[in-house]
Amino acid sequence: MITAHTAPPVDPTDPFGHDVLEDPLPLHAALRDAGPLVHLTEYDVYALARYREVHAALVDWQAFQSGAGVGLSNFRHEEPWRPASLLLENDPPRHDAPRRVLRAVLGPGALRRLRDAWFADARELVDRVLADGDEFDAVARLAEAFPLRVFPDAVGIPREGREQLLPLGDHNFNAFGPPNDLVRKGEPRLPELSAWVASRCRRDTLSGDGIGARIWAAADRGDITAEQAPLVVRSLLLAGVDTTVHGLSATLYALATHPDQWRRLREQPHLARAAFDEAVRWESPVQTFFRTTTTDVRVGDHVVPDGRKVLLFLGAANRDPRRWEDPDSFDLSRDPSGHVGFGMGIHQCVGQHIARLEAEALLTALAGRVRSIELAAPTVRHHNNTLRAWGSIPVRVRLG
Amino acid sequence: MHTLTSTDGPATGGAAADAATLRVTARTVVADGVVALELASPSGLRLPDWTPGAHIDLVLPDGTTRQYSLCGDRWDPHAYRIGVLREEAGRGGSAYVHDVLRVGDLVGVGGPRNRFALVPADRYLFVAGGIGITPLLPMVRQADLLGADWRLLYGGRRRASMAFVDELSRYGDRVEVVPRDEAGHPDLHRFLDTPAPGTAVYACGPAPLLDAVQAACSSWPPHALRTERFVAAEPAAPVRRAPFDVELARSGVVLTVPPHRTVLEALDDVGVEVLSSCRQGVCGTCEVTVLAGEPDHRDALLDDDERRAGGCMFVCVSRARSDRLVLDL
Ligand code: FES
Repeated sequence: MITAHTAPPVDPTDPFGHDVLEDPLPLHAALRDAGPLVHLTEYDVYALARYREVHAALVDWQAFQSGAGVGLSNFRHEEPWRPASLLLENDPPRHDAPRRVLRAVLGPGALRRLRDAWFADARELVDRVLADGDEFDAVARLAEAFPLRVFPDAVGIPREGREQLLPLGDHNFNAFGPPNDLVRKGEPRLPELSAWVASRCRRDTLSGDGIGARIWAAADRGDITAEQAPLVVRSLLLAGVDTTVHGLSATLYALATHPDQWRRLREQPHLARAAFDEAVRWESPVQTFFRTTTTDVRVGDHVVPDGRKVLLFLGAANRDPRRWEDPDSFDLSRDPSGHVGFGMGIHQCVGQHIARLEAEALLTALAGRVRSIELAAPTVRHHNNTLRAWGSIPVRVRLG
Repeated sequence: MHTLTSTDGPATGGAAADAATLRVTARTVVADGVVALELASPSGLRLPDWTPGAHIDLVLPDGTTRQYSLCGDRWDPHAYRIGVLREEAGRGGSAYVHDVLRVGDLVGVGGPRNRFALVPADRYLFVAGGIGITPLLPMVRQADLLGADWRLLYGGRRRASMAFVDELSRYGDRVEVVPRDEAGHPDLHRFLDTPAPGTAVYACGPAPLLDAVQAACSSWPPHALRTERFVAAEPAAPVRRAPFDVELARSGVVLTVPPHRTVLEALDDVGVEVLSSCRQGVCGTCEVTVLAGEPDHRDALLDDDERRAGGCMFVCVSRARSDRLVLDL
């Protein structure tokens, strides 16, 4: 059968260029407006940026596989830079067992066990930061400090050296993009950091009662293999720190620049969870992931041939005016449900409830003590090929 | 050619209600006393994903709930297939499926949930008794796809009463079909003779078969054997079709959830927002603490112990067995 299809609109922008990483919103708007499918000529890949199509592609694991890599490099032709992730870069059926085990160890039971301790930790951290003065960097003192304190504890890795998780996670997310300066920046320390994290994922270095130990216990039961267990722990550590850091940063930035929303959170502290999800929609800490077509796929009037890379712009979908009313406003009265900031479908972020709990604990502690929060100096973005990230958010707070 | 179709995602609402009500799109007699049903969304939506070993709850129009293993193709997002044996001694559910349910009818569906998941192994030994073949069918396909070394021993009363034998014929001598009237009982001891490292044994069928498999596996390492028993007794009250009340403990507000609205939607109607994401009971975002009342769990997240313990529910799909639920909202 011969079908006539037109070539999709093209865009020559480098989505991983520094000006886009500094401010991706203009590119997102241009891609959404160009049509449901766009050809990015810089890397000869396709792009989906509207909510409908991004959502549909995320759930369609049959036609949009992850196993050929969720970065630019196509594992059908290229060797991955590290053993592929058992979770993120894997399709059914191989994806099933690791996913199932992670979901179980991060399930409602685990969260209930962590809740009280994390709320207490958050109060203690906030007290300590506020005791040092009313101006501080919200990224370093809160958004990085809190996850680095509670999450590796929960996984069961030792205190010492855990700040290494940040550069390692940063490189991990850079490596989904092209081999640009951001990737080169991370490479020199990579062997050392990879060896370090691998040693932390071993059974004998993990504490006996954490999430890591429960992953190993699943291997004892045969639910995953003993070879898979350390890789599952590694996925948890690499995917669970930087994303949460930047999700918290985004929330703090949003609240510091929207005083009315901060007041609202103070009046109704139960909005803490909604605030975090609204920030994840608004900033989309994970901006993009690739998929690879497993067959010719028609999108609108165009066709993506089999085996091609398609870049899904989660951030653009989360601000698509076709789906969201007044998408650029950060608004706690909005129901952010259905945003694709955590992905959707079988690869949807398995740690999202852990991240929400961290955010709820930190925001509740902060709202309990801080009357107002505002920017104290210009903010600095941190560039990463996949993450929309912050380097520094200097804030001034008033207590009360 | 594949077309990227909008799922008209959960975000726009409505998808959850559709996922919980499916239409019978095909009905085939696949053996004496066994029909296979195909179920699809009446509005053509994708169905929730599943893995081999998963089952769905079928809520029949008379209000009874039965569990059936999915035995179709997980790569097809638009259809579920189940195989239903007419159980003469049953409580009427299977008779209803056989005698009353027709193509075009609507049925309520909960899940899918999986308590019988396929674990990674180098080698699989599958043992099926009668209709116990259903959860093993997708497992066999998957083991084959993964290039694992696998064997299936499939016993039944008579060849004509054994479902899916044709489908299995393509696997050649990996599959051993043992009708009792021709060949007697399957030789479990020979089949499960030597415990081998890296081997997982999966068995599904009537209780006597499973007891025999368990005995034959006594020298195997712990966890090598995984079984699924047909749970005959589930005397729980029929899932209600009548409206129920939801009381919000923090405000004292009481609202009524009609049969065609989800709890999540009903909460939204009165301005109580609960964060949600998948709206299919698979992601866990919409978890709410239950202070009193008995939820009718239809999610794919809680295991049996967690269901029994109560304490939480996923309001995008789950409903109530009791007249009233008290939620921590
Ligand atoms: S919204 Fe995903 S479980 Fe209810």
